Amino acid sequence: MEKVSSTAIKNKLTALYRQYSDSIAAGMPAAINRQRESAISQFDEKGLPEKGCERYRFTDIMGAFGHTHGYAIGPQKEQVDSQKAFRCAVPGLDTYTITVGNGWIDTQNGNLPAGVTVTGLAEGAQLHPDIFEANYNRLAATKNDTIISLNTAFARGGLFLYIPDNVVVDKPIQIVNVLSGGNPLMVNQRNLIVAGRGSQAKIVFCDHTLAERQFLLNNVTEVVMLDGSQLDCYSIQNLNDHSSQISSILIEQNAGSQLLANTLTLHGGFVRNNLEVLMNGQHAEANIYGLSLPCGHQHIDNFTYIDHAVPNCTSYELYKNVLNGDSVGAFGGYVLVRPDAQKTNAMQSNKNICISPSARMYTKPQLEIYADDVKCSHGATVGQLDENALFYMRQRGIGEEEAKMMLMSAFAHEVVRTIRIPILADRYAEMIENRLRGKQAACGECFMKCDKR
Amino acid sequence: MLTIKDLRASIDGKPILKGINLHINAGEIHAIMGPNGSGKSTLSSVLTGNSRFTVDGGEVTFLGKNLLELPPEDRARMGLFMSFQYPVEIPGVSMVNFMRAAVNEKRKFNGLPALSAAEYLKMMREKSQLVEIDSRLTSRSVNEGFSGGEKKRNEIFQMAMLEPRLSILDETDSGLDIDALRIVASGVNKLKTPETSAIVITHYQRLLDYIVPDVVHVLYNGQIVKTGGKELALELEEKGYDWIKSEFDNK
Ligand SMILES: Nc1ncnc2c1ncn2[C@@H]1O[C@H](COP(=O)(O)OP(=O)(O)O)[C@@H](O)[C@H]1O
Ligand SMILES: [Mg+2]
Repeated sequence: MEKVSSTAIKNKLTALYRQYSDSIAAGMPAAINRQRESAISQFDEKGLPEKGCERYRFTDIMGAFGHTHGYAIGPQKEQVDSQKAFRCAVPGLDTYTITVGNGWIDTQNGNLPAGVTVTGLAEGAQLHPDIFEANYNRLAATKNDTIISLNTAFARGGLFLYIPDNVVVDKPIQIVNVLSGGNPLMVNQRNLIVAGRGSQAKIVFCDHTLAERQFLLNNVTEVVMLDGSQLDCYSIQNLNDHSSQISSILIEQNAGSQLLANTLTLHGGFVRNNLEVLMNGQHAEANIYGLSLPCGHQHIDNFTYIDHAVPNCTSYELYKNVLNGDSVGAFGGYVLVRPDAQKTNAMQSNKNICISPSARMYTKPQLEIYADDVKCSHGATVGQLDENALFYMRQRGIGEEEAKMMLMSAFAHEVVRTIRIPILADRYAEMIENRLRGKQAACGECFMKCDKR
Repeated sequence: MLTIKDLRASIDGKPILKGINLHINAGEIHAIMGPNGSGKSTLSSVLTGNSRFTVDGGEVTFLGKNLLELPPEDRARMGLFMSFQYPVEIPGVSMVNFMRAAVNEKRKFNGLPALSAAEYLKMMREKSQLVEIDSRLTSRSVNEGFSGGEKKRNEIFQMAMLEPRLSILDETDSGLDIDALRIVASGVNKLKTPETSAIVITHYQRLLDYIVPDVVHVLYNGQIVKTGGKELALELEEKGYDWIKSEFDNK
């Protein structure tokens, strides 16, 4: 692999922006364009984050940026067969399906309930200017992360999802992100989701590569949950070994809102997930789960940042990894309890199993607590499969591989069982098992050859 | 059924079994008694293939096969079963799935098709009645949160499901009250046929009131130092192990 410096990449990306800034802004609403200049300046000034800094303690982001990627201003010709992609992702799941090709909305299936909007980012700004202006780049701008700034500078593709007050979306909304094409490509997808007061929805993101190319997916999704809203955000990540994914989901929870987030990383060469929640209204509750199954030389880093800004909120986090081969896993769990946030409940747990002796797991909880009447706990474990359990199972006639499989599935189950779409939970269990057996996670009928290793 | 010749084994370089000889015919029940730390559980572990222990010498033949060269799962599928002194908790693995895998792997080994869901559930029901185990236990994760007695009863339930040729019961009686002991023993007796054998490892005579042995051995310091009929168990109960220890240690 070519050795490039972080500064060289920064200069290249800044120059790319400067060269094409007119095209990048063309046809895009002012609300989006207005944010670009300060974002690129910040990126130019600070550069890519260095390994060891607060947010990227265990991860060298050059693992994602250290390759040559092309860039596309608009959607590409190659269209995705949404029927196939849909079937591939979760067969039998009855959803409103939106397929997104290289960051751009491609097709939509099903008629969404009245008032629910799913459009491209730019159309969203036109359809709901007030909501858009009030929320776009509000959370993202507060993050001290130049990779998020980079997304803000380049943002064109992506989607806007709005659920009006008190609307209960009956079926899950499935967003299938596919990366395809013949050339290495960087995709900066930018999404904005606003869940109105008392609204309820379940969103399933599926990220796939459809080609054996190097892709760099730098996704930023801002999510605003208004009072009393309930959102389930499921995310299934399944990229090829050459591809990198940086997914930042930035959430604001207002009073009484309830979040369930569940991220399953089946596959991907380099994955960094930022899941950041701002508890901004009392009696909000967040339940956050993650499961990653790195193998080979993959690097998977989950970073969570829970900001308890107001009293009486609850956050619960459980992240698990099953690591194989020479893979590296990382978990950074940051919890901030601000002085006003009395009666905060914050629990965090990170449990990991290293199947192979050369796999490595780094874990770091980071709790900053400035209120005194709070309940906070954290725990992290890194271990192997239980030898005693393995022998017990083999003594009953269960073969070694099968016994290991059962123990790993049992380990994963704690995350899978939190899924509140039964058919998706079944499919998760199946995908995890296939993945752990070294088979392609996607189902047999799938045309994607994304998992050739 | 089983022939052990001069079996020697160690753990972390420390010799534990120092030349065991034992022959068990089909239909026989052998009791192995002996003070704590004499190597009874080690013998069970070595026979079932626990890789924590190193075999340093000797031969074991089970149903005509060289047992020591088989992986634990094949020994089990051939019909070797151990009721663990300390059954293992396996959170997240349901008893139902665990036993289904075990039963079907054994069937596959014997060239039989897997049981249908209905056949399997029927078998679960019948066997749980036979050993009087609460069906609520069989619907939970393996041994998770079970009391000591429930774990032992669950071992006998698994024995009933797997219908082994040779069962090793490693202190299945310890931690059981007299009622539970009676239930466990009657389960074992119900499962007994002229083709099956058992090694009953116990500390106390009381289990042998219910499971009557054909032969009683005393294991001490890694060797079988005494063998007799069921009256030997009574003698041990009366006199304790000290006379064996002193007799042997003085040699
Ligand atoms: N896992 C182990 N690690 C180290 N030593 C062990 C282990 N298991 C047994 N031993 C040792 O082996 C000897 C015999 O133990 P064991 O077979 O459990 O005896 P018994 O079942 O007759 O009470 C003891 O000295 C014990 O300390
Ligand atoms: Mg013992």
